[in-house]
Amino acid sequence: MTLLTDPPKESFRLSMLLYDTRYRSATIQAIAMIAFMLLAAWLINNAITNLNNLGKPMSFGFLTDTAGYDINQRLLDYDSQDSHLRAALIGLLNTLVVAVLGCITATIIGVFVGVMRLSNNWLIARIMTVYVETFRNVPVLLWIILAMAILIETLPMPRAFKGDTPTATMDLFNTVAVTNRGVYIPEPLFSRSLGDIHFLGDMALRFDVSMDLIAFLIVLGLSIFGMRKVTARANVIQEETGDRPKTWHVLLGLLFGPSIVLMIALGFHLGYPELKGFNFRGGIHMRNSLIALWLALSLYTAAFIAEIVRAGILAISAGQSEAASALGLRPNRTMRLVILPQALRVIIPPMISNYLNLTKNSSLAIAVGYMDITGTLGGITMNQTGRELEGVMLLMVVYLAISLSISGVMNWYNNSVKLVER
Amino acid sequence: MKKTVLLGALTVAGLAAGAAAAGTLDDVKARGTLNCGVTTGLVGFAAPDADGVWGGFDVSICRAVAAAVLGDSTAVEFVPTTGKTRFTALASGEIDMLARNTTWTFSRDVDLKFTFVGINYYDGQGFMVPKDLGVSSATELDGATVCIQTGTTTELNLADFFRSNNISYEPVPIETNAEGQQQYLAGACDVYTTDASGLAATRATFEAPGDHVLLPEIISKEPLGPLVRHGDNEWGDVVRWTLNALVTAEELGVTSANIGEMSAGTNNPEINRLLGTEGTLGAMLGLDAEWAKNAIMSGGNYGEIFAKNIGEETPIGLARGLNAQWTNGGLIYSPPFR
Amino acid sequence: MSDVSFVRTDMLPEQDPPGSEVGAIGWLRHNLFSSWINGIVTLLSIYAIYFVLAGILPWVFQSVWNSGSLTECREIMTATWGQTHGHACWGVINERWLQLLFGFYPKELYGRPILSLVLLLVAITPILFNMISRRMNWFLLVLAFFVTAVLMDASVFVWILRAGFAGATLVIGYQLVTLSGADRAEQIAQGAKRLPNPLMFTAIYPFLMPWLMWGGTIWPAICTAFGFVIGYLVLRFGKAYMSELLTMIVAVAAAVIWWLVLSGYVSSGLSSVLPIGIEAVQSRQFGGFMLAILLGVVAIGCSLPIGVVLALGRQSDLVVVKFLCVGFIEFIRGVPLITLLFVASLLLNIFLPPGTNFDIILRVMIMMTFFSAAYMAEVIRGGLAALPRGQYEGADSLGLDYWQAQRLIIMPQALKVSIPGIVSTFIGIFKDTTLVSIIGLFDVIGLTQAIRADTSWNGIYWELFAFIAFLFFIVCFSMSRYSMYLERKLQTGHS
Repeated sequence: MTLLTDPPKESFRLSMLLYDTRYRSATIQAIAMIAFMLLAAWLINNAITNLNNLGKPMSFGFLTDTAGYDINQRLLDYDSQDSHLRAALIGLLNTLVVAVLGCITATIIGVFVGVMRLSNNWLIARIMTVYVETFRNVPVLLWIILAMAILIETLPMPRAFKGDTPTATMDLFNTVAVTNRGVYIPEPLFSRSLGDIHFLGDMALRFDVSMDLIAFLIVLGLSIFGMRKVTARANVIQEETGDRPKTWHVLLGLLFGPSIVLMIALGFHLGYPELKGFNFRGGIHMRNSLIALWLALSLYTAAFIAEIVRAGILAISAGQSEAASALGLRPNRTMRLVILPQALRVIIPPMISNYLNLTKNSSLAIAVGYMDITGTLGGITMNQTGRELEGVMLLMVVYLAISLSISGVMNWYNNSVKLVER
Repeated sequence: MKKTVLLGALTVAGLAAGAAAAGTLDDVKARGTLNCGVTTGLVGFAAPDADGVWGGFDVSICRAVAAAVLGDSTAVEFVPTTGKTRFTALASGEIDMLARNTTWTFSRDVDLKFTFVGINYYDGQGFMVPKDLGVSSATELDGATVCIQTGTTTELNLADFFRSNNISYEPVPIETNAEGQQQYLAGACDVYTTDASGLAATRATFEAPGDHVLLPEIISKEPLGPLVRHGDNEWGDVVRWTLNALVTAEELGVTSANIGEMSAGTNNPEINRLLGTEGTLGAMLGLDAEWAKNAIMSGGNYGEIFAKNIGEETPIGLARGLNAQWTNGGLIYSPPFR
Repeated sequence: MSDVSFVRTDMLPEQDPPGSEVGAIGWLRHNLFSSWINGIVTLLSIYAIYFVLAGILPWVFQSVWNSGSLTECREIMTATWGQTHGHACWGVINERWLQLLFGFYPKELYGRPILSLVLLLVAITPILFNMISRRMNWFLLVLAFFVTAVLMDASVFVWILRAGFAGATLVIGYQLVTLSGADRAEQIAQGAKRLPNPLMFTAIYPFLMPWLMWGGTIWPAICTAFGFVIGYLVLRFGKAYMSELLTMIVAVAAAVIWWLVLSGYVSSGLSSVLPIGIEAVQSRQFGGFMLAILLGVVAIGCSLPIGVVLALGRQSDLVVVKFLCVGFIEFIRGVPLITLLFVASLLLNIFLPPGTNFDIILRVMIMMTFFSAAYMAEVIRGGLAALPRGQYEGADSLGLDYWQAQRLIIMPQALKVSIPGIVSTFIGIFKDTTLVSIIGLFDVIGLTQAIRADTSWNGIYWELFAFIAFLFFIVCFSMSRYSMYLERKLQTGHS
């Protein structure tokens, strides 16, 4: 018989922190944590001392002071008597506008160019290669500056539309004015508008919501709900009888009918831009700072997206397209039904980082005077108040929040289209 | 053990760095060069030439101070600053003085803690429009598109002006004068507004300057001058009195041409005190007796600097106007050297 | 049975393909006009190309090269072509191209940045082009030194240098010419002594480059390098007395103490006793395209080790370490570079002990290094992820500990796979250096502002930006081609 005894209980010695693998990782982590805390404490301590020496201890009070400057492109109401916080908010919205517009167009151009680079037309493929290489290999700041210069120098000024013999005319049946101050397009107007609801009273974050828009969204929602019902019914009939009833005219009617009725009820009409005084008035004014930035960012990013798309398509094995041909699919259907859905899985992750880059690059708006958040909070506000630390910190937090939300959304989408492996 | 070692090392590094801060005048003398903040480029006021040698109206002030302190007008490191970085650069000690057409305002002086040592150019914000626009007053600009140079007091003045006259406008913010000029010439804005001196300088370089007019309204006071940090009065005095020396030299008729014979001694005691042949003004500042002579010799007196860089003989062609000596009806006025 | 056979028994002679399928016509038919739509698209593209070129080419080539100012340019244009539109005024490039390339670097010292660049290329050849032999690499190196020595002002010392480098160049060059690679390989197999590894010079270069660029005495560079030597020595001989982890900590601590406390005194002491050195250049004088290259190279060079550490930290099992690394990487990648440059220009001094002040170029370098380190970490993480699991397990089964496995097995492979990614990160950083113009540094774009503020060039625009775009395109395009070539070369190893 053997006697089973407990192994002798090891007493804990200090040296085990270093030599025993069970504790060593804890030791290293503790040291790393302490070192990090010390570093942070040191930096913060320095900052406090320095700021006190400069006589401007950290405070975000400047955000409620009167901004005093005007912003040309504002999605919410703002004037120079509003606070710096309001100005920052206007800037943030401008950043988001250009980022969203840029991501959409960059994707469209990028996918188009990426597919075209693989075209069997030699010339087209070459032109696309030249485009991609030119845009990828020159700094985006330069493109932004050049885009702005091209817009300013080549388009006619509003004065050219004036007089008895104007040198420039409006496009698209006199509805769109393309000038070197931007593009004026017709705006939707309602003569029997339901008005706006005002939120948050007088606060810096106040905003209005158009009742017309809400009405439209409700009607559209109901239409789509109705369309679903009709389709479901058609499915049921198809299951039972084998014949699918014709539904497209009903669907079309459901989609557009109620909206058109609502539009007539609200007195919908278009407001056209008109030359009055120095500038065009009326219509929606897309300033050339926005267009230049949008154009440059989307063309630049599209060059990268094109490469990603091309690589994604090439990554799909030739067998897939051969199989599709064997099934008798035409080339564009092969692309749409077989190649792109598979390529998408390869394409999306690098696409996310390009969207992030585009958003971050929109901070170069400062070069063309587009008033994004770097131009308002990180620009004029910082200049006027001298609050660099607070301004830069806020700026970083805002961009970080935008970046994290973009990557969060895109990762969620990526997971939803990911191949489920067993 | 590791912790204490690291902390000790950091403390030592901190002390070594901290010990460097002393009086600016001593720093400059010890270093042998003056660090002077200027713009990244403004026609007539500061710009480097093909050899990287800086020149211009503001640059001459830096050179004069360097000559006064170090006896060598080339012992200057020019630090280009933007509207955003200029105050930080000065506050952090990266530059010893800032000569960058900076407007003397209450908040900059009191809140940002700088000392403006004087005014080397009396300016004001003006408007430039193309002649064929047919505008004769800024109050007729309702609805106009206005190019503004940001990073200055300009955008605030403009907002106030249009607000108080109850007219609307479309601001187009731009970063540099060069961009503004380009947008204005291409007609992307109807009006260009910045300091009147800048407008005149910009107009002078146009292909057809006659096609553009400056409107009569001057909507703000823009006293531009060199500035130093608060709290170092010795250094502030050096810069202030160097500027005053240049002004006084013009008033007394001391030029870079005749300074040689004048420094041999004249009948005018103030000239003698200025040039160091009488009294101990230099020693009081902590400089040598010939400080003012060196400063004046570096680029001439105030009038010569003006004439050489931005005056009517240059392509920029600014008239003296407010910047004439007080004896000629201007505002340039130096306290006496006594 | 009849002899009639219904199957042909002999081959017909081959016929030439129809004329429309071969030669230029066939190529056109296949590649440009394969269908109606393709034909139309081709014609439209040709028109578009014509349109663009017809706009640009006359502007580029019908231009004024010799003029001292824009006004002069306009006069010449009016005299020659009758109008000022549609003609470039390259006079500004003619006058300022050296400034655009070197900034305000003293003219008589232009050789130093050029030599730094040449040596950089020599230093990275063993990494980037591993097909180049050691002899070739050493030959390039001594040749570079020889040319430098020839260009230096003559003194007795320089004559000795020239003779030495000329000798070395000749010896290695002679070997290169007379001895083929295969013969040399055989010699080595039979025990002939190999030339030292050219990576030696690559290790020296990071200390040589700052000295060449900034000048001054050579001691600070040597003292900085000595810190690494101290660390290495402790690591090498400390193991006998201490545990490995402790040795590593002591080594790092010793090096840090040397750098922070002692090296300053030692180097200034040595500098005053033995002032061996070259003319010092203030970093404010750096500018132009040189600044872009310098910032890019420094950022990538310094961020490589940081990136490795961050990538390892991100993969680590240690929660705190992982958390810190992920936090750093995601923070830097989440904010635009311009905000980091604002930190460099406005805030960095605030976070350092009161009174600390170092110049803006150095501050920008620090922030750019942080910036590229985050991206580098992701690239290296990709390289680590690309390694098959078996490599880790193999290292474990050999009984290697973590650091040994990383040093001997994992990192060499992961880094090699990451080179294309590193090159594209470099291209990105290099392009991003133009952002420093926004905080007032005189890189190429910043210089355009200064040039346009000169009374003679006020109003010039396209010429400067076209020139800059051209410069960037040349450099970035060649680098991206190289990276693609490398990617292809690395890919052959797999599948």
